[in-house]
Amino acid sequence: MAESMLTDVAIRSTPRVEKARGFRLFWATVWARAYPRIVGATREMSWLFFETLLPLLSVAAYVFVYKAIGAPEDYIGFVVVGGAMTAFWLNVLWSMASQLYWDKDQGNLELYVLSPGPLTAILLGMAVGGLVMAGVRAVAILVVASLVFKVTYAVGSIPLLLLTFLLTMSALYGMGMMFASIFLASGREAWHLANLLQEPIYLVSGFYFPVKALGFWVATAASIIPLTVGLDAMRQLLFTSDPTLGFLSVEVELGILVVLTVVFISAAYFLLAKLEEIGRREGRLIERRR
Amino acid sequence: MVLTERILNIPFVRRSDTLRSFVTAAWLGWQIESNWADPFLFAVYSFVRPIASMLILVVMYSVISEGGVGDPMFNYIYLGNALYILVGMIITGVSWAVIDDREHYRVNKQLHTTPMDHYAYLMGRGVARLIIGSISVIITIVFGVLVFKLPVYLNVINWPLFLLSLVLGILSLAAIGIIMGSLTMMMARHFWSLGEAVAGGIYLFTGAIFPLETLPVYVRWIGFTLPVTYWLELTRRALLGPSASGFPTLAVFSNLELIGILSAFTLVLLVASVFVYRWAVEQAKEKGLIDLETSY
Repeated sequence: MAESMLTDVAIRSTPRVEKARGFRLFWATVWARAYPRIVGATREMSWLFFETLLPLLSVAAYVFVYKAIGAPEDYIGFVVVGGAMTAFWLNVLWSMASQLYWDKDQGNLELYVLSPGPLTAILLGMAVGGLVMAGVRAVAILVVASLVFKVTYAVGSIPLLLLTFLLTMSALYGMGMMFASIFLASGREAWHLANLLQEPIYLVSGFYFPVKALGFWVATAASIIPLTVGLDAMRQLLFTSDPTLGFLSVEVELGILVVLTVVFISAAYFLLAKLEEIGRREGRLIERRR
Repeated sequence: MVLTERILNIPFVRRSDTLRSFVTAAWLGWQIESNWADPFLFAVYSFVRPIASMLILVVMYSVISEGGVGDPMFNYIYLGNALYILVGMIITGVSWAVIDDREHYRVNKQLHTTPMDHYAYLMGRGVARLIIGSISVIITIVFGVLVFKLPVYLNVINWPLFLLSLVLGILSLAAIGIIMGSLTMMMARHFWSLGEAVAGGIYLFTGAIFPLETLPVYVRWIGFTLPVTYWLELTRRALLGPSASGFPTLAVFSNLELIGILSAFTLVLLVASVFVYRWAVEQAKEKGLIDLETSY
């Protein structure tokens, strides 16, 4: 009896922890998922070596191809900027789209589902953390390759360039959030899907050449990938060479990026809810055999 | 499995630990690589990437040459990139086998306690990727011949030179792959980047897609220390015939001299791979890394 009274007193005297709800819960979940990616990356810096060396090698190889065939200097810059942007595409593929599948494989997905935090916030946290990591990698590639290959930029409007970059990232990571559900549903094929979406996307999005070279219809179809129009707009804003190299005007490309952002984030929200519902109903959400 | 069983039942294979380990590992590798999809989808996945990677270079070349393909430089780039598929596949294949066994399937402990030849096992695991890579190379070259008029004609190919250089090239790549796989056993972090880093370096320094003369003088020598440089040169000469000899890279060497250099590299690498492998296994066991699961 005395013990019970003591417990009662202890409970009453302990300050109550206010339960996070609504936006606070959403924000706490975003930060919790982003934390290991942002802070974890600073705890062990050796990843920087591999994350910057590998893409630099392929960027250098493409630069030397252009040098070997006597391309104008701006094309070297096109390769460097495209090479830097591969960091974001690879991050979206391997650390966003494939992540829920890997989390399922490692047993984390069931913890996400059981926690009160919304799954969309977890995905957003993944995106924020991934964006920071990929950003470091992209900047490293951009700086090192620009210095090594003596790339000159002619930035007309920095605010416009920043806006283009931010819109490209919003649409791209929205696409990554949407892919996460699709990849999770595709089971073992997730790995192969991610592999498949590397070089073919480098090709159709014009990572190493102006996308206009692919022709109007291919470039139009490829514009569903945010990096296609984002990269094209950024190149128009960064280099002074022949303005006709751009696929569409920067303003139109910004408009497309806004639309893509809205569509992808909405689709991600819808697909995640659908996947969770089906998974719970059929008991397959955390099944690790597939 | 029927074919594998038949091979395993050949008397001299049955009696040899090395051959049985090699054949079984090759079968296992093939199952892992191919059994996640139906054959058609698997085939699509296998050649879409190399073709796309090739088309990137084709478009880059076409943009600058305003649509012109088919000159010696284009053939040089096209063939080099097509053949390089094998380099990436074989070198990364073995180190990925180690990663798969250790981190994904978590069977390294069991593998190392079974009475088999683990060196032969690793070689065998690389065979599946060699097969996939070879198919991709053939498809890419045929695509080049049909679409871009790549001058590879069956009656012009120097078959003995091609086959000899192919065997030497594959053996040297397999040895590099084993060395990479051995080093992977001792790594707790970044192991998935090792094979790719080496393959990326080889792509850049061997003149796979541009003549070595394009590289700055202070790094050009690296290409001459890599067997892949000589293999690519020999294979280009064998496939393109007389039109390949005009390239400045390694032009001073005759075919026989190049075969000699490649053979020496292959021998040294094979011997080195055995020693590195034994040392790595011992180190991994001593340090308790052999069955490490890092989830990194």
